[in-house]
Amino acid sequence: MEIWRWVFIGILFLSDFVVKIEPFKLGRSQPTERISGSAGDVLEDDPVGRLKVFVYELPSKYNKKILQKDQRCLNHMFAAEIYMHRFLLSSPVRTLNPEEADWFYTPVYTTCDLTPNGLPLPFKSPRMMRSAIQLISSNWPYWNRTEGADHFFLVPHDFGACFHYQEEKAIERGILPLLQRATLVQTFGQRNHVCLKEGSIIIPPYAPPQKMQTHLIPEKTPRSIFVYFRGLFYDVGNDPEGGYYARGARAAVWENFKDNPLFDISTEHPTTYYEDMQRAVFCLCPLGWAPWSPRLVEAVIFGCIPVIIADDIVLPFADAIPWEEIGVFVDEKDVPNLDTILTSIPPEVILRKQRLLANPSMKQAMLFPQPAQPGDAFHQVLNGLARKLPHDKSVYFKPGERVLNWTAGPVGDLKPW
Amino acid sequence: MKLSALHQSYLSRRSNSFRSSGQLDSSSDTGYKSPAAVFWLLLHGLCCLISLVLGFRFSRLIFFFLFSTSSSNLYTPPFRSAVELAKTLDVHSVLSSTPFANNLRMPFPNKTATNSRVVVGRHGIRIRPWPHPDPVEVMKAHRILERVQKEQRLQFGSKDPRAIIVVTPTYVRTFQALHLTGVMQSLMVVPYDLIWIVVEAGGVSNETASLIAKSGLKTIHVGLNQLMSNSWDERHKLESKMRLHALRIVREKKLDGIVMFADDSNMHSMELFDEIQNVKWFGAVSVGILATSANIDESSARKEEEENPRMPIQGPACNASNKLAGWHTFNTLPFAGKSAVSIDDRLTVLPRKLEWSGFVLNSRLLWKIGDNKPEWIKDIDMLDGDVGSPLGLITDPSMVEPLGSCGRQVLLWWLRVEARTDSKFPPRWIIDPPLDITIPSKRTPWPDAPPELPAKEKLERGIQEPIVKHNTKTRMSRSKHRSKRKHETRTDKQVSTRHSEQN
Repeated sequence: MEIWRWVFIGILFLSDFVVKIEPFKLGRSQPTERISGSAGDVLEDDPVGRLKVFVYELPSKYNKKILQKDQRCLNHMFAAEIYMHRFLLSSPVRTLNPEEADWFYTPVYTTCDLTPNGLPLPFKSPRMMRSAIQLISSNWPYWNRTEGADHFFLVPHDFGACFHYQEEKAIERGILPLLQRATLVQTFGQRNHVCLKEGSIIIPPYAPPQKMQTHLIPEKTPRSIFVYFRGLFYDVGNDPEGGYYARGARAAVWENFKDNPLFDISTEHPTTYYEDMQRAVFCLCPLGWAPWSPRLVEAVIFGCIPVIIADDIVLPFADAIPWEEIGVFVDEKDVPNLDTILTSIPPEVILRKQRLLANPSMKQAMLFPQPAQPGDAFHQVLNGLARKLPHDKSVYFKPGERVLNWTAGPVGDLKPW
Repeated sequence: MKLSALHQSYLSRRSNSFRSSGQLDSSSDTGYKSPAAVFWLLLHGLCCLISLVLGFRFSRLIFFFLFSTSSSNLYTPPFRSAVELAKTLDVHSVLSSTPFANNLRMPFPNKTATNSRVVVGRHGIRIRPWPHPDPVEVMKAHRILERVQKEQRLQFGSKDPRAIIVVTPTYVRTFQALHLTGVMQSLMVVPYDLIWIVVEAGGVSNETASLIAKSGLKTIHVGLNQLMSNSWDERHKLESKMRLHALRIVREKKLDGIVMFADDSNMHSMELFDEIQNVKWFGAVSVGILATSANIDESSARKEEEENPRMPIQGPACNASNKLAGWHTFNTLPFAGKSAVSIDDRLTVLPRKLEWSGFVLNSRLLWKIGDNKPEWIKDIDMLDGDVGSPLGLITDPSMVEPLGSCGRQVLLWWLRVEARTDSKFPPRWIIDPPLDITIPSKRTPWPDAPPELPAKEKLERGIQEPIVKHNTKTRMSRSKHRSKRKHETRTDKQVSTRHSEQN
């Protein structure tokens, strides 16, 4: 017996060593810092066991058939809705018993009606969503139980559930009345805006992980570009005189810094776009027609400090990721002084931001890999949903109680889809 | 319906569209047939007529001058902050080619809470009074970049960087200042400790000494009492001798570091210095050879450019398991009979089979007594004459380590451009005393053969004549390329799809 006791203690010591060695082996030798947002150190939480999600079985005209009509939906920046569906179907948080589910998911691909150019048309989306909700409310009792308070929907389009690409129109429409009580998972986030509901979960736009993986360059390549940006400054097709697009911020960047050697900015899209981002210290992420942009995701993946020029923007997973410590926020009115702002950041702060960006869990949280990996954006969404549990008792209605107005909204929305 | 909407737009814009237009509620009650409405209707029609006649942009100008309202205090050029009335022209002359064009581009009342400071609608483009770079800021940015790169080197570079010993053979000639300054500038930027051994043919001269003193680097300047000859063969031999002389100095002084050979007319990339830190004993890198022939006629030049000719590379060749398998050497066949033999020949200068500059070695190899010194290095005191190629220093060529991801990265480029032997140039490129008589140069293309020029003019232009032969053609073709590319990119800018540039 004595021997076994010593063996046991020996094993304990050995395991202690093994556990210590692990963190050195994993990842690169670059020192990183732990990321903890306002909700605490939650980036690496595992949602399995903390919530149960029931996926409604909708007829394929809401999802599969739409995808079959246009396969481009899998690659554009709104593809998160499709991949989330696929993830949930095979995830351990899925439950087939709706009685024990905490959250209900409706797989309807509202952003898959594409023009020949590849841009999604939102004109039928409200009707599609309405039709889906009518279906689930009539076939299952769970919608009427809470009028959607324990349901969540993915609406990754420009202005979320306002279902329009033009901001004025979107504000006029407002969030679809039927989704008033549901939780929305969307890419759009701007404080004090009609299209951002309280309690929404903001996700990053979809960026193809494999494509970015193939463009990685060795980390020792010195970062020699100070500020990098590629994109439009004036949207000549939709806003000829300027002033509407990006609230004039992008045009201001161009006019003030076009001849500045520190700013590598241009409208040309080179083949070495991803490689160049890895050679830059700061990457501009200004607003466009909507405040969010896939540039944020690209900047985080490639270790370039994002310079976010969008007033009142709400960034993805803002309670899990402390964006103020990672990126640089510049008010739109301060754009003419952008060079002064960026050069006056102390080098220690810049190095700390780079260390935070180098944290692999930070990069994972921005991606939607296939198959899903721990810590990725799918898991962050589930973590966000888990943090909202348990549901308040007041969301459950007594039978017969109603809050939603099913005939609210523009007349065109009430037509069946 | 549309009429009242237009009214709203007039009134809202008149009340300075930068603030959230809360006044719209009051304006929506104006009657349809009030005199004001009729007036605005007439004015509207007038605007349309003018825009038809003058065109969209010019009519805006007229309105700006006629109705210049309280201009914003933002520094926007007049064309940008179009007058509100001009917005009506948008409604008619809108570019509605795509379904996404804003047909009714009017700032609607913001239905958000009043504490939102973000307003939808037209905004001015803020430009500061002097939108040009500030040198102080630029310097600060460079400091930041330096700090970031230093951090990168600390983390990803070699843990224990060694000093670099650079061996450069040189001699006084027309292009010495050009070439040597190039190498000097590269070496000044190298982030590691550096010792520069400059060996000069013909003895130590003040010219070279003053040049390298400008670098601020640790230099060892020695001379070899033998003049450079005019034939390329002899030159290569003498250069090898000079390099061996430098290696003897390394041995005598027991310098510790990594020895590399930087010929003064080569071009080095900064990655080279990072890569050679990885050498253990004797390493080889790939050298790009820029030996294009100078006198090819236009048609064959164009053909070559279309086919995208590859740059010949000298260096280690690896097999599939990344082990040294052989050497890539320069293919001299295409140049058979057409290569320069003496310095005045207007033909291509070819490199040797394996250039010295492609090899690096650990200085401990050269020490008399060194711990762990491998046996396959020959004792340099035994080598007397010239060593044809650096592989002559070692007995076992298979021990050479291929660097730069096994020779796949080209880290330096070889080129030999020299002036004619009879070209005169003023010492240190300063004409002292200044010329009394200056003759304006004629606006004729440079003649092929230097004409009989008066001595003073030759001093002025002597430097430029030899360049003509070697570089004009390449320079012209290069600038043609550049202008072609610029033209293409300008047309690309017009084609913009909303999707990729939207966000």
